[in-house]
Order: sequence, then C-alpha cells, then structure tokens
Amino acid sequence: MWKTVLRRLLTMIPQIILLSIIVFVVAQNMPGDPFTGMIDPNVDPAQIEALREAAGWNDPVPVQYVRWVGNVLQGDFGRSYAQQVPVTTLIGGRAANSLRLGIVSTFFTYLIALPFGMFAGRFNNSWFDKFVMIYNYISYAIPTFVLALLMVFIFGYRLGWFPTFGSKNVTMTAGTAEYYWDMFYRLLLPGFTGGILGTASTTQTLRSEVIDAKTQDYVRTARSKGVPEGKIYAKHIFRNALLPIASSFGFIFSSLLSGSVFIEQIFAFNGMGDLFITSINGRDYSVVITLTLLYGILAIIGSLISDIALSLADPRIRID
Amino acid sequence: MATEENLLEINNLEVGFRFGDEYHNAVDDVSITLKKNEILAIVGESGSGKSTLATAIIGLHDPLNTKVKGEILYKGLDLTKLNEKLYNRIRGNDIGMIFQDPLGSLNPVMTVGKQIEESLIYHTDLKENARQEEVLKLLDQVGIVNPQRTAKQYPHELSGGMRQRVVIAIALANKPPIIIADEPTTALDVTIQAQILDLMNDIQDETNSGIILITHDLGVVAETADRVAVMYAGQIVEEAPVDILFTDPKHPYTRSLLNSIPQELEGEEVAELHVIQGTVPSLQALPRTGDRFKNRIPWMPDEVFDEDPQLAEIAPGHKVRGNSWKHFYFEGEEEK
Repeated sequence: MWKTVLRRLLTMIPQIILLSIIVFVVAQNMPGDPFTGMIDPNVDPAQIEALREAAGWNDPVPVQYVRWVGNVLQGDFGRSYAQQVPVTTLIGGRAANSLRLGIVSTFFTYLIALPFGMFAGRFNNSWFDKFVMIYNYISYAIPTFVLALLMVFIFGYRLGWFPTFGSKNVTMTAGTAEYYWDMFYRLLLPGFTGGILGTASTTQTLRSEVIDAKTQDYVRTARSKGVPEGKIYAKHIFRNALLPIASSFGFIFSSLLSGSVFIEQIFAFNGMGDLFITSINGRDYSVVITLTLLYGILAIIGSLISDIALSLADPRIRID
Repeated sequence: MATEENLLEINNLEVGFRFGDEYHNAVDDVSITLKKNEILAIVGESGSGKSTLATAIIGLHDPLNTKVKGEILYKGLDLTKLNEKLYNRIRGNDIGMIFQDPLGSLNPVMTVGKQIEESLIYHTDLKENARQEEVLKLLDQVGIVNPQRTAKQYPHELSGGMRQRVVIAIALANKPPIIIADEPTTALDVTIQAQILDLMNDIQDETNSGIILITHDLGVVAETADRVAVMYAGQIVEEAPVDILFTDPKHPYTRSLLNSIPQELEGEEVAELHVIQGTVPSLQALPRTGDRFKNRIPWMPDEVFDEDPQLAEIAPGHKVRGNSWKHFYFEGEEEK
C-alpha cells in the first residue's frame, strides 16, 4: 500500500507544476492590480509605474513565474500587498480558524446524517422517513446565508445562547483554559449551521444504500442463521451501506480548509473563504496563487485519502 | 399430528403475495412431510413456488406483503404462529438453510470465519475460542483443505465451490435436524456440482438430518433424493419415492418434465427435444379453479380434467393430483 501512496504523491508533482502555471498566468491576466484603488488618483502615474517596475510586474510573465517559483522553493510565498504581511502568516491564522470550523461542521454533519440516513433507510416509508425527506429538501434548498442569519437571529440574538460573531474573545488572556473554552463555544453555532447544510447528500446516500442492502442475499443468509434484527442491521446492513460514505471522506477532508464564505461573513469568523474572495477582489496575486495551489494539493491528497479509506473499509478493494 | 419419524409436517400451506389490495397464492394447498434421514427433493420450473415454500418454512417472508396460512409443524410447534424472537431460536439452530448464489449469500466485508461463527453466537454458550475451534472443524467437515487460512479470508478471495462449502458450513454449524437447500448447485460449474452433491450426501449420512433439496435439475434429483415432490404453479402435483417417480411417473406435468431431459440415442439419430409448451402463468393470471396444467397441454380434451383436482394416493407413498393423468398422452401420440 505504501508504494501506491508514494507513487500517488510523486504524480502530484507534475500536477502541481501544471496547476501553478495555469493559476499564475490567469492571475496575471486579471484586470487591474493591487495598486488600483489603493492609491490616491492624484498621485503621479509615473510614480505608480515606478512602483510596478519595482515590484517586477512589467517583466514578461515567464520571467515573473520563474522568479516566483524560485522564491516558493525557498519557502517564500511572497507578501500580501493588501495587508503587508507575509502570505504564510496571513494564511496560517485563517487556516487554523477554518480547520476548526470545518472539523466541528463535519462532526455535526455526521452526527445528524448517520442516524437520519440509517433509520430512514431501515424504516423506509415510515413517518420518520418522511420527516427526514422533508428535512432533506429544506436543508438542501435553503440558502446558506438565510439559514445562517436565522441561526444568528434565533440562538444568538433572541435566545442569547451563543455569541453572534467572532472566533475568539480578544479581552481574554490567550492560553488560559477559559480562553480555549470560549473559542470552542464560539465554534458551535457556525459549525452547527455548516453541519446542517452538509447533511442532505450524506443522508440520502446512506438511506438508499441501506434500502438496497436490506434486500441483499447475505442479509437473508444472516436471517436464516437466527441473527436478531438489531444485529442484522448493525453487522450486515449498516456496515455495507457505509462503504460509499467512507469513499467520500477524503473529499470532506479537502473541503475542511476551504471554508464557507457566507458563514464566515455572517458569523464574522476570519477564515479562508473570506480571505480567498477578498484577495481576488483586491488582486492580491501572491495570496490568490498560494491559496489556489493549496486547494489543488488538498484535492489531490483528499482523493488519495478517499482511496485509502475505501480500501480499509472494503476488503474487495486493495491498493498495492 | 407429527409422528416420531416425521421431522417436519406441512399441512395445507398457502403463501400469498400482496399485489395492491389482493393476495395471490404462490404456494397453494401444499401438504408434505419430511422424515428423519431422508432427502426430499422438490422439483419444478422457475415460478412453481418451490423457493417460496422454502422461505416460508424458515419464516423469512416479509410479513407486510405476504400472508402465510396453514401449518408447519415442527416438534409439536406450529412455526407459522411463532413470533420473530422464537423463530430466531429455530432458524440456524433447528433449520439450516443453504442458498443458491454462494457469492451473494455471503457478506462481502466479513471474513468467512466470522460468518460461520455468527451462527454459533446465537445458539450456543461457547466462548470465543471454542467457537473459533468449532469454525475450523466445520470448514474441515465441508472439505476445505486449509481451514486456518480460509477462515480469515473474505468471500471474494474464494472460488465458487469453496464459497458454497462455506455456505454449507454456515447451515451446518449447529447441526440442525432439518436442512433446506435451495438450488445449492445451480450457480456452480458441473464438476463442482458433483462435489457439492457428494458433500451433501456425506453430510446426510453423518448427521442423520432431513434435507429438503429444492432444484429444477432432475439429474440432481436422481443422484441424491430419496423422495420427490413435483410442484407446478404453487401446488404439489405428484409425490413419490425417487425410483418410482423416474420409472413410473403419472401426472402429465411430471411426464412432460422427464420427457424434456435430453436423451442420448444409439446411432446417429438424435431424438428431438421435448419442450413443454408455454410458461408457468404469472401469479395474477393463474387460474384458481380447475387443473392448472391444462393450458399447457392444449391437445387434451376438456372432459379429462377435474373441476377441483386433489392430491390422492394411488399407491403407498405415491400421490398424484387429479385424474387427468389416466387419460394423458403426448401430442402426436395415439390416444390410449
């Protein structure tokens, strides 16, 4: 198995090089640059031109690309023009926020989707199944910002159970247990909101897998052994119905870091989704390129994780 | 009453499937007994209700869409009246079932050892170690060469014949007095079929269990069975000891079936294969009165068929349904 993992990681290299070229060229061809709108229009255009020259943006694109690659290989991803900090510092803080939020969201997604899918499948056409179906339609159809605003309004504003914005309380001393508890507490509402939005597809997949597995011959065999109904579901039906969920695990992993623009905006949560949009709007090339590359790498690793997860869950699939 | 030597006694069993608001019987008025130490074959075309009968004996019909009437007596208990919990004590313990498709019948993500062990978990007090030892013994009993290795393998890693041996080991795990084998050789190569049949004969010799063998293969019947019941459209049309059924078949359906076996003639002349006209009618289209086989032997005059043919004993152990057999001749033959 490790050979395959190594081989897959090696084939990532040309993929990433290709990706970086495309991203670089597209980014350079976006109209405008970080100085558009940043600088007072009364400033002498010659001065702006001097800045552009100093930043190297008047060089041919291939020259710029090679220079950029050279820097990246030394661990220098450039500086954000908009915020005047190194890109790595900027992304690092945001990524931690998005990762925490992503993990909590995924946790809620599975917490809701697994029991819903299993029981809707086991008791299909029951009132519970119908309830799950309606829930799915709603959670699938409702726009993120509408749900997020509702959550903030109900649980944050009306009931006052949760803080309505921010990822941390800046008045608390960093590093204390209270501070971390507060950080976790602030994750719950946005995490739950994001979690709900992700449930529909997992629930539906699991439900139809369970219904399909119920009629399989191996389930009949298990029944003919006198295995009690509960155990039939636990050991035979659910175990097989979960296989497609295992294979989607890697994609969830790769989405953990990408964040959700709407949720981050509404909960004032400084995350990657927000950063990505802001950096594109601000033509903050170095940030855009680094983020796109990061997402590309995550997608490739995610599909590898999916394959590994599936091979662990399903003995018929072996990667070697 | 089930007598000492009758393991299983089925009386007037009906199994109806629901179509909309109506139930249509796939098994209709079946009465038959299984004795100790015998292999009872149930033969018939696809759709004749033989697998439905097997499923009813082990109580695996979906109660929402199926209606079971009549009695299945085992040790004085009427199985059709049992609740799920009690039935689960019978299934696997008193009745073992062998299925047709050995790949589909095994859970793809569970080792075969675990699947055999599962049979033991719910019917014995054996501890885990003892169970695993028992699993190895069972695998050895069904002719697996390397039980240690096979127990740790998954179904897809085994050959078709080995899988069927595993399925048999599952059915045998608790040494049930009754074994139901639903087309155990249909999905297998001819050479493997013979091995599996030998194995079933051996098992029967060792365990003295009663085996119900469901098949459409008359060759299999001739090779293994002691007694045969022929089913057509949900009913038993003829029941006889195996040698009598093959030498002196009575019912038109039995005779047609036997006539459909390809015969090898001496010389170059090859007999034309007899084909029974038409197919078994669908459940909804099945005539509920009169002789159900009538429309597949259209050359027979109407008056030879009974209004309501019943199974009657014409010789000790030989039962035939209705009286049409007394007048039956094959198409093209002279009337007797």
